Amino acid sequence: MAIKPLALTARTVTNALGRGLAASLSALRRGESGLRPCDFEDAALETWIGRVAGLEDEPLRGEFAAFDCRNNRLARLGLEQDGFAAAVAAARARYGPERVGVFVGTSTSGIGATEQAYRQRDPASGALPENFDYQHTHNVFSVADFTRSWLDLNGVALAISTACSSSAKAFASAWRQMSAGFCDAAVVGGVDSLCLTTLYGFHALGLASPRPCRPWDRERDGLNVGEAAGFALLEWAEPEDRRVVLRGYGESSDAHHMTAAHPEGAGAALAMEQALARADIAPERIDYINLHGTATPSNDAAEDRAVLRVFGADTPCSSTKGWTGHTLGAAGITEAIFVSLCLEQGLVPASLNTRQRDPELGAGVVLENRERPLLWAMSNSFGFGGTNCSLLFGRNDG
Amino acid sequence: MKALTVERIGLCGPGLLSWTAGRETLAGGRPYAPDPLPAIAAALLPANERRRVTATIKLALHAAQEAVGPASAAASDEGPAAALPTVFVSSGGDSEVLDKICAALTLPDRAVSPVHFHQSVHNTPSGYWSIATGCRRPSTSLSAYDGSFGHGLLEAAALAWAEATPVLLVAYDLPLPFPLSDRRRIVAPFAVALLLNPHPAGGLATLRLAPAADAPASQLTDPELERLRAGNPAARALPLLRAIARQTAESILLVERGRGIRVEVEPA
Repeated sequence: MAIKPLALTARTVTNALGRGLAASLSALRRGESGLRPCDFEDAALETWIGRVAGLEDEPLRGEFAAFDCRNNRLARLGLEQDGFAAAVAAARARYGPERVGVFVGTSTSGIGATEQAYRQRDPASGALPENFDYQHTHNVFSVADFTRSWLDLNGVALAISTACSSSAKAFASAWRQMSAGFCDAAVVGGVDSLCLTTLYGFHALGLASPRPCRPWDRERDGLNVGEAAGFALLEWAEPEDRRVVLRGYGESSDAHHMTAAHPEGAGAALAMEQALARADIAPERIDYINLHGTATPSNDAAEDRAVLRVFGADTPCSSTKGWTGHTLGAAGITEAIFVSLCLEQGLVPASLNTRQRDPELGAGVVLENRERPLLWAMSNSFGFGGTNCSLLFGRNDG
Repeated sequence: MKALTVERIGLCGPGLLSWTAGRETLAGGRPYAPDPLPAIAAALLPANERRRVTATIKLALHAAQEAVGPASAAASDEGPAAALPTVFVSSGGDSEVLDKICAALTLPDRAVSPVHFHQSVHNTPSGYWSIATGCRRPSTSLSAYDGSFGHGLLEAAALAWAEATPVLLVAYDLPLPFPLSDRRRIVAPFAVALLLNPHPAGGLATLRLAPAADAPASQLTDPELERLRAGNPAARALPLLRAIARQTAESILLVERGRGIRVEVEPA
């Protein structure tokens, strides 16, 4: 039996394509990438990034000053778009501030603040500068705490931090905590911001491409780190709901390796199968898959095997990392909302930058945008530690 | 209110080296002596991984292993541990690794160690647990700062009900290294693991839980145990563990910054 669906009653995205839904949708339609050569702080790396312009000049002030760091600035910027905060305020009035849960995915939270503080350590004592606030910036929970405070909510509040599946898994946590009765509605989201840790970390692993990333391409050579904030308000769907609804989710672990995906994509396939099972729907009915598609050689190969195993080669699919870069803990929410836009607009986006599909790979990756009605679409997110999450969204065809 | 059973417990903290060894102390039958924690071996992991795992990973896995039973944790598709969805919760993750990365980034070549980078993710203990036990079930890794244990308990309960299967909850936090220790005080390492069954039957105790209004948090009478409870987010579990150890019906309140979680404990 299918699970009780959740409607996305408000949503917003901010990323390298711009602020708000319209900027992302316009760029998706026109095939305009948000990637640029790395110009983050003084990082001297030959790679491309998906940077959100203007964060440097928009500090958090007043009662939120303690939260000021790049990650929470990005969270604030995200919450200010598309009337999202107003929609949450209305939900707060309907349900009560203690009954709206907050589930925010992040990988590195505000570690950038600690990076900067370490560069300003006292040469004699080694102490960190006076103005450094660990709890409100670096700590994993900081971005969920900020989101809850900014939206004036007082219910369950969690940071979910499972690397690059974090904000996809926020949907799963929200569904089960609402089902358990711990909250009546949920703000789910994801925020990850550029920092030296991830830029130099992926560089050290040899996974950062010196060019714009090319998912599924025969010459793909790595990912581009991006940053993004995205949020959705989830409420139980009405019968025959006209809005995009979450129909299923699937989560699994690879049990294989900390950084390398399972070569056969066994865990990824399990997550996709569980999402289908929760929606009680056959794979043939899925109209589009938004791939995790980081553009590293082994990740795409593993995901390809998993997609082939579950769906075969005919389901149209693409990675949108060529637009935004890999926004890590924010990738799940970013791509979930892209999928919701695609369902509404009848758009199958291309795998931007992919020129020649890798002949070794067989999934139905599309190289040109297609316009066609969509009813069901899946979004995949996988991360370090072998953590996998697939989300399944649908709409009524009315 | 739906209920779930605590089937087994894993424990690792100063003077509380395991649930088996510590429950009498928690029940009040033996005085509490906060002896420092000896080094823990990551017996569960293959030798090549064992060499490079950190104190955080070892602590979390050690408690987890006791809660599933040492024999069942061995990597096997048939072993009980492989069938358990998991929730790992920690206030700040592996600060030893984060300190090393931030220190490396102050040097001219900014050479971040690949091992440190992959161990820097909050879900590292979950990943190693999955590898060690062969578990492919869902696993999540969370933080709610000082409210981490209570929120992990809510998530674990919701996961157990949603999946209709027993779930393993692992909460752990360790003191931060200098200079981060100046800004975040955690007094001692502490980890607790609960094997939670959504089909209540037997076990150690039955729990009913719900978010609750603000009220004074449950505390401990022993000053050293109370210092541990207040000084480590994972040790916020201690009033619950004490109630289970004593086998008394109690209403525990876990509170952080105005948000409460009520846990009704019913002895087996």
